[in-house]
Amino acid sequence: MRRTALFLSLLAAGTLGQAQAAPADPAKSSVKFVFTQMNVPVEGQFKKFAADIAFDTAKPDTGKVNIAVDLAATDAGSSDANQAVQMKEWFNTGSYPKATFSASQFKPLGGGKFSATGQFSVKGKTANLTVPFTVKPDAKGSWYEGSFPLSRLAWKIGEGEWSDVGAVADAVQVKFKLYVAK
Amino acid sequence: MIIKYTLPARLLHWLVALGIIAAFALGLTTDSMEGFSLQKLKLINYHKWLGITVLGLVAIRLLWRLSHRPPELPAQMQPWEKQVAHYTHMLLYVLMFAVPLGGWLYSSAKGFPVVWLGLVELPNLMDKNEELAGTIKFMHKIGAWTLVLLAVAHAAAALKHHFIQKDDVLKRML
Ligand code: HEM
Repeated sequence: MRRTALFLSLLAAGTLGQAQAAPADPAKSSVKFVFTQMNVPVEGQFKKFAADIAFDTAKPDTGKVNIAVDLAATDAGSSDANQAVQMKEWFNTGSYPKATFSASQFKPLGGGKFSATGQFSVKGKTANLTVPFTVKPDAKGSWYEGSFPLSRLAWKIGEGEWSDVGAVADAVQVKFKLYVAK
Repeated sequence: MIIKYTLPARLLHWLVALGIIAAFALGLTTDSMEGFSLQKLKLINYHKWLGITVLGLVAIRLLWRLSHRPPELPAQMQPWEKQVAHYTHMLLYVLMFAVPLGGWLYSSAKGFPVVWLGLVELPNLMDKNEELAGTIKFMHKIGAWTLVLLAVAHAAAALKHHFIQKDDVLKRML
């Protein structure tokens, strides 16, 4: 799936003169999240993911982003929670090991800010998602950073007794920081 | 005429006693629950709220105690008995602070802030540290058991005063 997406984006890059898709540096990049459990903010992290980014701030509409998160490598704040999060009620990683986001619609929002709209897919459900981000170039590459609230219930993350938003709030704040070297 | 402890001192004594028993029972319950469930999550949070409430009450209690001299112990008690009573009470105060503070420290070490009653977010006492968390939890457990066993001995001594010596030691706390 990701391979084809990558292949397609490379093909598109070749034919349409797009920026070359480059993988984010895993050592410098991170995808974290904060969920609220009985009003207690708890930080977690997706420890394994792959992000391919082709983005030129001068030509945002030619951009392409593909991100695949390995949900089995989720740190949900404690060893108990790390196991729980694999289960049917949460990510159900046995059946749906990955969450993916692939975007090809970009809008400049001014001041180095952009938004990416694409298909977000997790736990067998795919829907549109718009993610805001900033681009900060440095000498050797670019930082892509952003933070946005994601409704966990819209993707059935936490079903059954766990759909109780008093216990775990619906909004999960996702914070990503991706570094792509030139 | 019995000279009793002041009303606030008596109230705080029994509130703290109830709080400690309930927090202890809740702690043992959640610790024996396997895995992760909504029920466990809720009980752990109730335990934390209750423990912090006890900590607050103990702080008020100590301030009250330091500013209000308790009535004298019965004259017929031996000096060593008075010493034992005195040091037991001191140790109880130390543990009443140390146990809830240890629980709070453990929560911080695990990376879970304490939000009292789901309303007031308390500062973390330390940064998240999984390696130390296990040791801190063990100390919290040992501290809690010591506190409760000492409180049982303390209650037994009060009952001995009441039923064997037949003095006013228990009545002045009622
Ligand atoms: C009167 C005060 C308290 C008493 C008597 C008490 C007692 C206990 C006991 C007996 C346990 C079970 C330990 C074990 O068997 O391993 C426990 C666990 C625990 N306590 Fe406390 N505690 C108190 C206050 C607090 C406070 C103020 C907090 C945090 C704000 C706290 C947080 C915890 C946590 C997180 C656990 C582990 C629960 C689990 O993982 O199942 N405790 N406590």
